[in-house]
Amino acid sequence: MTFCRTLALSAAAGGFLLGGTALAAGITVHDARNRDVTISDAGRIVSIGGAITEILYALGFEDRLAGVDSTSLYPAAALRDKPNVGYMRQLSAEGVLGLNPSLVLAAQGSGPKETMDVLEAAKVPLVLVPETFSEAGLIEKIRLVGHAMGADKRAECLTAAVTDDLTQLRELRAKVTRPVRVMFVMSLLNGRAMAAGKNTAANEIIALAGGVNAIDGYDGYKIINDEAIVAAKPDVVLSIQRGKDSVDAETVYLHPAFALTPVAANKTFISMEGLYLLGFGPRTAAAARDLSIQLYPALAPQAEKFKPAAVTANCRL
Amino acid sequence: MTALADSTERAKRRSGYALRPPASLTLICLLAALAGAALIALTMGAAGIPLARLPAALGVWGDAAAGPTLARDQLVLWSIRIPRIAAAAMVGALLAASGAIMQGLFRNPLADPALVGVSSGGALAAAAAIVFTDSQIGQDLRFMQHQLLPIAAFAGSLVTTVILYSIASRSGRTSIAIFLLAGIAIAAIANAGIGLLVFIADDRQLRDITFWMLGSLSGATWPKLATLAPVLGLALVACVSIARGLDVLVLGEAEAFHSGVDVERLKRISIVLVSAMTGVAVSVCGVVGFVGIVVPHLLRLVIGPAHRLLLPASMLLGAVLMVGADTLARTIVAPAEMPIGILTAAIGAPFFLGMLLRQRGLVSL
Repeated sequence: MTFCRTLALSAAAGGFLLGGTALAAGITVHDARNRDVTISDAGRIVSIGGAITEILYALGFEDRLAGVDSTSLYPAAALRDKPNVGYMRQLSAEGVLGLNPSLVLAAQGSGPKETMDVLEAAKVPLVLVPETFSEAGLIEKIRLVGHAMGADKRAECLTAAVTDDLTQLRELRAKVTRPVRVMFVMSLLNGRAMAAGKNTAANEIIALAGGVNAIDGYDGYKIINDEAIVAAKPDVVLSIQRGKDSVDAETVYLHPAFALTPVAANKTFISMEGLYLLGFGPRTAAAARDLSIQLYPALAPQAEKFKPAAVTANCRL
Repeated sequence: MTALADSTERAKRRSGYALRPPASLTLICLLAALAGAALIALTMGAAGIPLARLPAALGVWGDAAAGPTLARDQLVLWSIRIPRIAAAAMVGALLAASGAIMQGLFRNPLADPALVGVSSGGALAAAAAIVFTDSQIGQDLRFMQHQLLPIAAFAGSLVTTVILYSIASRSGRTSIAIFLLAGIAIAAIANAGIGLLVFIADDRQLRDITFWMLGSLSGATWPKLATLAPVLGLALVACVSIARGLDVLVLGEAEAFHSGVDVERLKRISIVLVSAMTGVAVSVCGVVGFVGIVVPHLLRLVIGPAHRLLLPASMLLGAVLMVGADTLARTIVAPAEMPIGILTAAIGAPFFLGMLLRQRGLVSL
């Protein structure tokens, strides 16, 4: 079976036989740097990026994880059981290499660049998993991680579940008659709102949930002008919980600019868990559904019927 | 032009007085410039409100036909634009005046609150507040999270000044040279601390710190004006009382003392004043460089070094520059915002260079 292409060593460590056959030629993966990386052994993996760790757990490869980064918040077991190599943009080459990995799977944007250069020079296969915030990008991410692990079949199982979820989500979205204008606020520091423009995970998840990003004047996360907030007329402010929740409802309602928008009038502030909402991992359709329920309470009965498969799917064998 | 007139003209230029306008004219011109800048600022912004709708929105004369547009204009104007313009003017005045006082105190045209670490101390405390709001301490201080950042910035500036002052003074005498050198060292320490916090920070905190360091008047509200106004008032009063002292200090500390100036008292007042002004400005809009160093210089080139005129003129020109820069900051990349620190440097520095070149031309001719 094709998905059993893995080292006998790791299979033994895993406690059950996958019929492990070490690949002399290895698996070739085309990564975000637009180059081919050959993987001969996926026995000890360092996973950098919450979505990648999530996919690896969903595919049943947690035993092969030698380490994760600090954004790997789901499942909670990841940070509890595995060594933490630090924040994905502040990696130390020694910290990663010290775990003696045979493969590093890192989300595009991991850094700093110097560390990535050292990792590359260290001859450990380094796969940069592309980070495109879209339905296709999500499927592609799962396929690539699965392929790198020599587990195309498991990946197909997971992508099938995710695709099914996305289709159901699309049907739910089609029922939206009047799209809600959503402004994603990353932080609200000293009265300065940093809002998500286009080409952000937030922009895409708002679209997936059937909303409209109230900001289309710029790309990325930027400090937005107060008057532009008024002009954008957001119906809802969306933010993420970060343990201590830097943006809270009262601050938004009392903000002089948001006070002049429907957000303050209707008290429509939504806060969701960060990795769940913006991670673009297997649970993204579920996150979009949850957001949709909050944006459109009228759709709740239909949305409740939509039980995301990716969360419960068993693609571990 | 006759040869005689030509030579007197040249003599006047060489003496350096020829081009100095009278004090009242200078102040009137600067006031007019401030009014003009404020008017332009009032009509520009992401939410519109052209000049024609401005009087109605301001409530100068009513226009019943306007209806809902009028209501929205008024809200935008009074709750967002006007407090922001006022804050820009006040911050500009405070920064320029603290630069002028510091340059007078150190008898050094390069002195600037940023140079002696006062801004850096404030920025370090602000960065710490940004990073540690996620920690347990931040949780404990949640009840005051909205005030945490400005208070931290102000406290940081103040603590820096106190440390500097205690290093520089011994048995009642303050050594300005030690103050300057210790300031440079403290600025370096503060910058190292900021570097460490940047290292610890995650993505969002990193963006917050970076934007904070570049400065912005976004988020200027009426309550913040209430903290700026008393300091500005205090600064105006204090400027009047220290202007003569700073003038005499140019001669040297001993000479100033013999001219009847309480030099130690002058130093103490100036240092406290500068730290209060810088601290409050930093707490409202983050670190905005260049206003403090450029504005007093520009004015010295035009109106001369007498502090009685230089201090109020610096305040006015600082306000004009800041209102202008902020208007650009909030309009040129709308709906986003340009950090104002970039603009004050981008506008101020070439203008300053131009003035220097022109002055050089006059002097050497």
